[in-house]
Amino acid sequence: MYRLGIDVGGTNTDAVVMHEREVLSGFKASTTQDVTSGVVEALEGAIGKAGIDRKQIDKVMIGTTHFTNAVIERKHINPVAAIRLGLPATACLPPMVDWPADLREAAGDSGYLVRGGYEFDGREIAPLDEDELDRICDDINSRKTKVASVSSVFSPINQDMERVARDHIRKRCPDVSVVLSSDIGRIGLLERESAAIMNASLLSLSERTVDAFASALTSAGLDCDFYITQNDGTLMNADMVKHFPVLTFASGPTNSMRGAAFLTGERNGIVVDIGGTTTDVGALQHGFPRQAATVVDIGGVRTNFRMPDVFSVGLGGGSLVRRDDSGTVTVGPQSVGFRITSEALVFGGETLTATDIAVARGEADIGDAARVAGVDKDTVEKARAAITQLLQRAVERSRISPDPIPVIAVGGGSILMPDKLADLDVVRPENFAVANAVGAAIAQISGEVDRIYSLENGLTREECLKQAEREATEKAVASGASPSTIETIEREDVPLAYLPGNATRIHVKVVGEMEGAHAVAAR
Amino acid sequence: MLSRHADLYSIGEEEIEALEVGAAILGTGGGGNPYIGKLRALQVLREGRKMRVLPLQALPDDAKVVSVGGIGAPLISHERIKEGREGLRCIRALEERLDFKIDAIACEEIGGQNAMEPLIVAALADLPVVDCDGMGRAFPEMQMTTYSIYGHRSTPSAMCDLHGNVVIFDHAASELWHERLARACVIAQGGASSLASAPMPGVFVKRFAIPDSYSRAISLGRTVREAQRNNADAVEAICRFEQGQLVFTGKISDVRRELKGGFVAGEARIEGFDKHEGDVASIIIQNENLVFSRNGKTEVVVPDLIVILDIDTGEAITTELLRYGQRVSVLALPCHPLLRTPEALAVVGPAGFGLGHLNYLPLDDVNAPGAGPTEDAKQ
Repeated sequence: MYRLGIDVGGTNTDAVVMHEREVLSGFKASTTQDVTSGVVEALEGAIGKAGIDRKQIDKVMIGTTHFTNAVIERKHINPVAAIRLGLPATACLPPMVDWPADLREAAGDSGYLVRGGYEFDGREIAPLDEDELDRICDDINSRKTKVASVSSVFSPINQDMERVARDHIRKRCPDVSVVLSSDIGRIGLLERESAAIMNASLLSLSERTVDAFASALTSAGLDCDFYITQNDGTLMNADMVKHFPVLTFASGPTNSMRGAAFLTGERNGIVVDIGGTTTDVGALQHGFPRQAATVVDIGGVRTNFRMPDVFSVGLGGGSLVRRDDSGTVTVGPQSVGFRITSEALVFGGETLTATDIAVARGEADIGDAARVAGVDKDTVEKARAAITQLLQRAVERSRISPDPIPVIAVGGGSILMPDKLADLDVVRPENFAVANAVGAAIAQISGEVDRIYSLENGLTREECLKQAEREATEKAVASGASPSTIETIEREDVPLAYLPGNATRIHVKVVGEMEGAHAVAAR
Repeated sequence: MLSRHADLYSIGEEEIEALEVGAAILGTGGGGNPYIGKLRALQVLREGRKMRVLPLQALPDDAKVVSVGGIGAPLISHERIKEGREGLRCIRALEERLDFKIDAIACEEIGGQNAMEPLIVAALADLPVVDCDGMGRAFPEMQMTTYSIYGHRSTPSAMCDLHGNVVIFDHAASELWHERLARACVIAQGGASSLASAPMPGVFVKRFAIPDSYSRAISLGRTVREAQRNNADAVEAICRFEQGQLVFTGKISDVRRELKGGFVAGEARIEGFDKHEGDVASIIIQNENLVFSRNGKTEVVVPDLIVILDIDTGEAITTELLRYGQRVSVLALPCHPLLRTPEALAVVGPAGFGLGHLNYLPLDDVNAPGAGPTEDAKQ
């Protein structure tokens, strides 16, 4: 049996066919307005190159930046009834308070505050005000709003009240889809609530997009389940993406890092993805990108999505190389970008770029090497040193342990990478250009718990970690992971200052391989 | 009487944005993230309220000044956001209990979250905020203000939560007792409350408050933002502004944390690079950064400020966000002389944090030619 990995980027749609651990073929097509035709072209290209019977493909995995772009471009965003349970707490900062005005406008700008929510120790702040919910439901009906989000204070500790509110709304507004913040985010009310609202605003787009993917696969004669990758490099089945499109945010860099890990067999290392204008650098831990600890800004909104901790530097194949009067040579951050194929010296242009330096030093064989033969040797060597220093600094910054870990170079600009960066060896995999699609094809399924535990009454830290691990495993299995392949990839406990009973925040994440083709939806 | 004072200056959204950055730096790793407080302050401004700051020297001797602040776990206030008028209820309760009228609000700690609360309360009450605070940075406990250190008894005080509960601490046997009782009450109120302390006369505040806290933190924040905009070295700009010293640059090589008496205690180790290649630094943490040592030798000790910044952006990194691999600059900034007297050092010096084996050595002396840590200062 074969698996098909597809990466739908802003510019290119890539596809790979894989058999077990082998990449049989890769194909690049242009991303199209309707998504469908680009996907069909890429997968037909990859299947054709692999020369396999398409009936043998039993799994399709898709990575997409569609939903992130919708938020950034403020397109296809639907109005949301944003309901928060927490009064009298939180009254001073209504939902979407820190959103840019145009996005808040696009999302309907209707926030509701209701009595309810929990304290950190599980007590109710107030009983849920169901009368107020009724009034909100009437408002939703009269405005003909189709989606709602519900966020309750401390819902990551106790989800009950959010669920009760959801059921209440569904009864009075049967056509309205409801998103719960506790299904999406972690502690940090505004960030979690914003994620839930964004998710609700994207529900109809995600429904259309997932259906478009499905019809692309059907029209290509592929009759199998398909999955979409999340920002942490694991899979959701297609139905779940209809409900949780925000979980695909930032899956692009994740897939590229996971693909790099797979293509080299390295589980720990630094991935350097060098493009035309920028280089993205991130760390792999246990084969997964290390996640950012702080909040992440999407389209001007703070969220606490799990996102890879990727650091970007202004260095790429098209970076401008300049020499000043004192003889100092700088590389980037300005770049000729996608015009590199006409503006770089080796392509017949007039601009000295980082790519020209690599060709002049015989490190790459691209374009016409004769056109860089006359470039001043001192400039070439100084530019090389500057490039190496930029890369070395970026890699050092992402390094997560003092151990000598490998540096994996992917992306079109990876010719800029030297064979060694200080004490670290550089690995250059085959198929580096389609690392994204490979990353999608190999994605796994995860389960996660992030909660505050009270370490008293004889409950130890180890017991709490075990309990969290059990719960995370149950979640992963419910999402379709095979129980025998489950592995814990994150275990973190942070004691909280000022709280009684040795309150400790515990975060555990497990992953596993997908169970057969008939994965069960988590919800 | 103060509302028409000629020296008053108004602050708006730009100042609040700058204060967020400056207060985070002065938090010396603790004090919580001022982000939520910033949003609340901006909301209050957008409601048309006025925020006015009164220079310390313009404060009349007989003015009645009340310090207001949040108390509790920063993480709680990030999830269970305040109702918004807790602080206002505190000062009203105090006025009622003591039968007086507040003339101005003061700040307990300018570092971190608590920089915003006095501005919000003052705006809601239509009172000015005095340009001062009780720490010039962040410290974890209530008795660690210059107000308490120099003899102000902070009770009677009022503590309010978002449910409408008002607790009056009528009399605490000592400032330490007040801290202890308040801490117990905060837990019952859900882990984050507001507190207003007994009024101080203007003459006392002028003498014993850390001066110019707001103007300083706001200018500091502006300095950072301006450096970032101009692609200039933000860390260097902070040093110049604060007359501090860049004591170390390097990469975090280890972070150890444990709970000790309700506080997060631990140590961060930093491997030096550039000028500090080959050196290893250590920072002892207890909510805030307390002690900086290089190659085992103690160099900077609380109450002087030890600030860990992202090497590129100059943004402060709080102790709970420290992790392996971060490239950081460590700054040492001299604390105000009011924190360096024997009575202050007993509370906010090494001994106040259970580090009695260390001697405090004022920052400037440590770095004077020929100076080094005393015998006692060696660990």
